[in-house]
Amino acid sequence: MIRIAIFGFGAVGRGVAKVLMDRRRMEKLIGEYRVVAVADSKGSIVSECVNLKEVLEIKEKKGRLPKGMSVEEIIDEVEFDVALELTPTNIDTGEPGLTHIKKCLKKGSHVVTSNKGPLVVAYKELSKMAEKSGVKLMFEATVGGAMPVIKLIKRDLAGNKILSIKGILNGTCNYILSKMEKEKLPYRVILSEAKELGIAEANESYDVEGIDSAAKLVILANSLMDMDVKFEDVEVRGITNITPEAFEIALEKGYTIRLIAEVDGSTLRVSPKLIPLSNPLCIHGTLNAILIKTDLAKEVFVIGRGAGSTETASAVISDLIEIYSCEVSR
Amino acid sequence: MAVVSLVVELKDKPGQLAKVIDPVSKCKGNIISIVHRREETTAGKVPVEISIEIEEKNVKKLLEMLKSQGVVVKRFNEERLTSTTSIMLIGHIIHTDLANTIDAVDRTGFAEVVEMHISMPCLKEPSTAMVTISAVSEEGLKNAISRLKDVCEKKGIMVIEPLE
Repeated sequence: MIRIAIFGFGAVGRGVAKVLMDRRRMEKLIGEYRVVAVADSKGSIVSECVNLKEVLEIKEKKGRLPKGMSVEEIIDEVEFDVALELTPTNIDTGEPGLTHIKKCLKKGSHVVTSNKGPLVVAYKELSKMAEKSGVKLMFEATVGGAMPVIKLIKRDLAGNKILSIKGILNGTCNYILSKMEKEKLPYRVILSEAKELGIAEANESYDVEGIDSAAKLVILANSLMDMDVKFEDVEVRGITNITPEAFEIALEKGYTIRLIAEVDGSTLRVSPKLIPLSNPLCIHGTLNAILIKTDLAKEVFVIGRGAGSTETASAVISDLIEIYSCEVSR
Repeated sequence: MAVVSLVVELKDKPGQLAKVIDPVSKCKGNIISIVHRREETTAGKVPVEISIEIEEKNVKKLLEMLKSQGVVVKRFNEERLTSTTSIMLIGHIIHTDLANTIDAVDRTGFAEVVEMHISMPCLKEPSTAMVTISAVSEEGLKNAISRLKDVCEKKGIMVIEPLE
């Protein structure tokens, strides 16, 4: 019997809860399980077997969970085997996720997270802690949403040396740029439209300044290329200065413009680049894509949805299954 | 790799071209074209223009070998610009002394701006330009771009490079 705790009950947490409610789908893959705690920033519900349908209804009606134990109290006092850490990202301090993850790993429970902050701030420390405690720390959902990247490289490209990774890791920027390309409208106009559609956040700077892409790049470099880098090591430039004419002029030479995050073993950079129209990275809309170069497999290209409740839940669920399918086969 | 073109004078009789081709092949050069300028024949000698793709470090050796074969090299070092790329500039390109910006590339001696397309929608708005740079070699091109980037950074102009 797997006991699951869910920390963070925003879009991703609710997306994950909905998949966990589908027992017929899940039990085939991981065996029997129960959710023993669900917490958001305001409250929590803890029980032998939490009724996810009821929790979702409460959250929808009231916008929050009822007052109860805090996440830290749950970690200290409630027994569970795996924590799904889905709280919001803070890339400066990594909190509150960093404390949650450390406590869980120390306690000896597996962690699956969608939270970039803790990994950007302390990847090496956390992965050592997990190793020491003999548990897994999984984070597929932190980069590229539903797009398989972390497990693809760690498992399916095992044995390869990763020479470089170039990717489009922020769907908001890609939406704005591909829309500017198509409609020849200024950045500001497309940005307001993206906000109305809910594609861009009210405070867009995290996306359009390249910060989100840079955080993901740090995770890729540390976890897949055995580097030891920090957010400050990334050279970051965003897309706010790009003019609508830029696309027309670039097109005359067979290029378009996209925000590219790239790492090649020494330099880490997020910047707008001229992309040949024939290059697979010339993608449109909110999609994410990644071009991996390795010594054995050479080029591997992945494309997929980089955000969304169900899409990100897909990555969280696949990590959960990865942990327990290993245990079953052992 | 660079492309060099040289003009040699050969007697208009069989077997002369081999004196040029053998050294080229020994220097691992690749002949791109051979043009006999028969209309310029003087005193039984034909100027022959040969374009060769060759490692820069082998050029000197080639010239020495040709000389030892008794081949007169009439002209050399009409280097062709072989590496080309386009990069984009966004910012106040005109009002920050455009000539000076371009000069960062041109005064290298091994690279030059060969084409430029500027769009200036409004007087006070930033302009956008696509600059095409050609250089004698890949290294020369990289060097020229890095000099251009330095100048642009000082002038607050954003540079967008092609994906490598």
